[in-house]
Amino acid sequence: MVDVPYEATVDVPPAEVPEVELYHPKSWWTQYVFSQDAKVIAIQYSLTATAIGLVALVLSWMMRLQLGFPGTFSFIDASQYLQFITMHGMIMVIYLLTALFLGGFGNYLIPLMVGARDMVFPYVNMLSYWVYLLAVIVLASTFFVPGGPTGAGWTLYPPQAILSGTPGQDWGIILMLSSLILFIIGFTMGGLNYVVTVLQARTRGMTLMRLPLTVWGIFTATIMALLAFPALFVASVMMLFDRLLGTSFFMPALVEMGQQMKYGGGSPILFQHLFWFFGHPEVYIVALPAFGIVSDLISTHARKNIFGYRMMVWAIVAIGALSFIVWAHHMYVSGMHPTFGFFFATTTLIIAIPTAIKVYNWVLTLWRGDIHLTVPMLFALGFIITFVNGGLTGLFLGNVVVDVPLSDTMFVVAHFHMVMGVAPIMVVLGAIYHWYPKVTGRMLDDWMGKFHFWVTFLGAYLIFFPMHYLGLLGVPRRYHEIGEAAFITPSVHTLNAFMSVVALIVGLAQIVFLFNLVWSYFKGRPSGGNPWRATTLEWQTPETPPGHGNWGKELPVVYRWAYDYSVPGAKEDFIPQNQPPARRALQGATP
Amino acid sequence: MSAIVLFMAVIAVIVGWWLSQQRLTAKPWLEEGSIDDFPGTGAMTVPAAKLGLGVFLAVATSLFALFISAYSMRMDMVDWRALPVPALLWFNTGVLVLSSVAMQWAYVSVQRNNMDGVIVGICAGGASAIIFLIGQLLAWRQLSAAGYFVASNPANSFFYMITAVHGLHLMGGLAALGRTTAKVWRGAEMPQLRLSVELCVIYWHFLLLVWLVVLGLLTGWTDDFVNICRRLLS
Repeated sequence: MVDVPYEATVDVPPAEVPEVELYHPKSWWTQYVFSQDAKVIAIQYSLTATAIGLVALVLSWMMRLQLGFPGTFSFIDASQYLQFITMHGMIMVIYLLTALFLGGFGNYLIPLMVGARDMVFPYVNMLSYWVYLLAVIVLASTFFVPGGPTGAGWTLYPPQAILSGTPGQDWGIILMLSSLILFIIGFTMGGLNYVVTVLQARTRGMTLMRLPLTVWGIFTATIMALLAFPALFVASVMMLFDRLLGTSFFMPALVEMGQQMKYGGGSPILFQHLFWFFGHPEVYIVALPAFGIVSDLISTHARKNIFGYRMMVWAIVAIGALSFIVWAHHMYVSGMHPTFGFFFATTTLIIAIPTAIKVYNWVLTLWRGDIHLTVPMLFALGFIITFVNGGLTGLFLGNVVVDVPLSDTMFVVAHFHMVMGVAPIMVVLGAIYHWYPKVTGRMLDDWMGKFHFWVTFLGAYLIFFPMHYLGLLGVPRRYHEIGEAAFITPSVHTLNAFMSVVALIVGLAQIVFLFNLVWSYFKGRPSGGNPWRATTLEWQTPETPPGHGNWGKELPVVYRWAYDYSVPGAKEDFIPQNQPPARRALQGATP
Repeated sequence: MSAIVLFMAVIAVIVGWWLSQQRLTAKPWLEEGSIDDFPGTGAMTVPAAKLGLGVFLAVATSLFALFISAYSMRMDMVDWRALPVPALLWFNTGVLVLSSVAMQWAYVSVQRNNMDGVIVGICAGGASAIIFLIGQLLAWRQLSAAGYFVASNPANSFFYMITAVHGLHLMGGLAALGRTTAKVWRGAEMPQLRLSVELCVIYWHFLLLVWLVVLGLLTGWTDDFVNICRRLLS
C-alpha cells in the first residue's frame, strides 16, 4: 500500500507529439462547473448518469410491483406501465450505460492510461457534457408534460409510437426524439475526443499493443458509437418529421377512429432497419468497455498477466467489425426473406467466436492466479458468469427457428437483462470500487462493498433466472397484466411476486452502495497512490487524486506492456509501465 | 441499407489497413524497453485538429450514407413520385463549386504566405457559401409555391430533409470559417493560420462532394448508375 514515487528518468527522450499548452481554469466556476478538465467532466458525466439511472431503477420497481401484484396499486395503470417500460429501457441503455462507460470512464481513464495531460479538445469535451445534461433534462421533463412520457417501448417502433393510442403521443415522443438527437450530438463531441486522444496523445513508448485493454475497449466502442449513432439520429429526425410535419417516411396508410389518416405509403420496417443498425452495435458499445475493464480488473486482482493479450485485442476489433452486420437478428419476426434470416443468424453465431475467446482468456487468466477476492474482483467474477449465461441464451435467440416462438416473451427480457443489463452493471460497480481510490484518495468500505456485491449478484439471478422460465411458458413481455390463459399456471403468479420482492431488495441494496460512496469520501481509509499495486499509468501519477495536467512536470515514459504482474525474478509482484528496464536490473532482477 | 454497408466496408478497409501498420502481431510481453526499438508505433504526428476533422468527416459520411440508404429503400414504395428539379439548383451547385474553388485559392495562398490571397479566398468562399444557402431557401420556396410541400410526397420530404441537413453542416462550416476570419482580422501569423485554413478547405470540399452525390440522387440523374450497382449487388 505504498505510494509509488514518481521519478523522472534521467534521460527523457523527446515526445513524439509536442506538449500543448494546457488550459488553466481561472475561477471556481471554470474549475468545477464549466470545467475543461477531463477528470471533472468524467465525474459530472458519472453523477448525471447515476442520477437519471436511479430514476430508471425506481421505474423498474414500479413495473415489478405491477407485475408481481397486479391490480394492487391504483397509481399504476396500463398506460403508465408502458411509459415506465419505455423510460426504464431508454434511460438504462443510452443515458446510463453508454454515458457512464464512454463519458464517465472514458473521460477519466483515457488521458490517465495513455499518459496524456488531458483530452485533445478540452473545450469540445466540456460542451459534450453540457449537451448531454441538456438531453437528460429534456428526457426527464417528459415526466411533467401533458400526457407524460412516451409509452412506445424503448425501440419506439412506428407506426404505434406516434399514434394516439400510445401514451405520450403529444409531447412525450417529440421530447424523447429531441433528447436522443441532443444526446447523439453531445456524444459525437465527446467521441471525437476519445478517439483522437488515443490516436494522437499517447505518451512516449505507449504503443497500441502496450495499451491497457480498458483503453482498447473504450476506443473501439467509441469508434463504433460514432458510426452507429448516426443511424439513430436519422431515424429520430425522420420520425420527428412524420410526427410534426406529417410526412410519411415510416407511416403507412392508416384508419384511426374510423377516419383515414393523412399518412400513406411509409415503411415501418425502414425504421426497424435504421434503429437496429444503431441498436445492435449499441449492445457492443456497452459491452466492449466492459470487456476491457474486466480484463484489467481480473489481471490486477489475480496478480497475473492477462492471458492472450493479442487475442484479446483482435477479438475486440473483430467484435466491433462484426457487430455491424448482425442488426437484422432483431427483426426475425418482421417478415423478412428467409435467406436474410439465414445470413443474419450466421453472422450472429460467428460473433460468438471472438466473444468466447475472450471468456476463455479471462478464465485462463484466473487459472492458477493469486486471486484476491476483493470487491472489484468479486464483481469481475460476477460479470464473467453473468455474461456467459446471457451469451448462451443469445445463441438460442440468434437462431431463427428458436427465436420465432420466443420472440416477445419474457425469455428475451431475461436474455438481454443478463447480457447487457446485469453484466455491464457488474463491471460498472466493480470499476467504481477499483478506481474510487484514484478519484478520491480513499478506499470504499470493504464490508459494505461485499454486502452490496452479494445482494446484487444473488438478487439479479433470483430475478432473471425465473424470468427465462416464464418466457419458455410463453408469458409475453410488455403486458401490464397477463390475466387468465391456459398457459398461465399459478407458478407464474407466484414467481412474479417473488421476483418483485427480490427486485425491491436489490434496489434497496444500491442505497448501501450510494451511502458507501458518500461515507468513504469523508471517512474512508486513505488509499495512497496505488492501493491495488497495479501496473497501469493512472496509478503512477505523482498526486492522488491526480492534479490538473495529471503528470506534474514531465509526461511519463512507457517501457513495457500493462500486465507485468508476478514477473519471475522481479522484486515486487508488479512492474509499473513507466519503470525503465535498467532500474529493474538494479533491483537484482533477471531480464 | 446497401449504401451504409458499403460505407462501413470502406471504413473497415481503412481501419484494417491502418491496424496492419501498427504491429498488432507484436508480443508486447517480450518487448520491454524504449520505443526507439520499435519505430513507427508511437502516437500519430498529424495535428490533433486535423485528425479530429477526419474522424468527424467519417461520422458525417455515415450520417449521409444512412440518409441515402433510407432514401433508396423508401423509393421502392409505390407512392413515390419524383419531384421536378428547380433550375435554381444548377445555379446553386455552380455557386458551391465556386465556393470550393475560392477556398482552394485561400489554401494555395496560405501555402505561399500570401496574406492577400488568403483574405480574398476565404471571403469569397464564405460569401458564395452564404449565397448557396440563400439559393437553397429560394429553391424550397419555388418548390412549395409549385405545390410540392414537405408532406405531399416522400420524394419531397427527402428533398427538404436532406438539403436541410446539408445546409446545417455548411452553416457549421461557416461558423468555423468565421473564427478563421476573426484570426486573420486580429492579425494572426501565417503558421497559426495555415492549419485553420486547411481544415476549412477540407471541410468545404467534403460538403461539395456530398452535395454532388445528394443532388444526383435527389434529382434522379444517378438512377441508372444506382440500378447498375443494385444489379451487381443482388
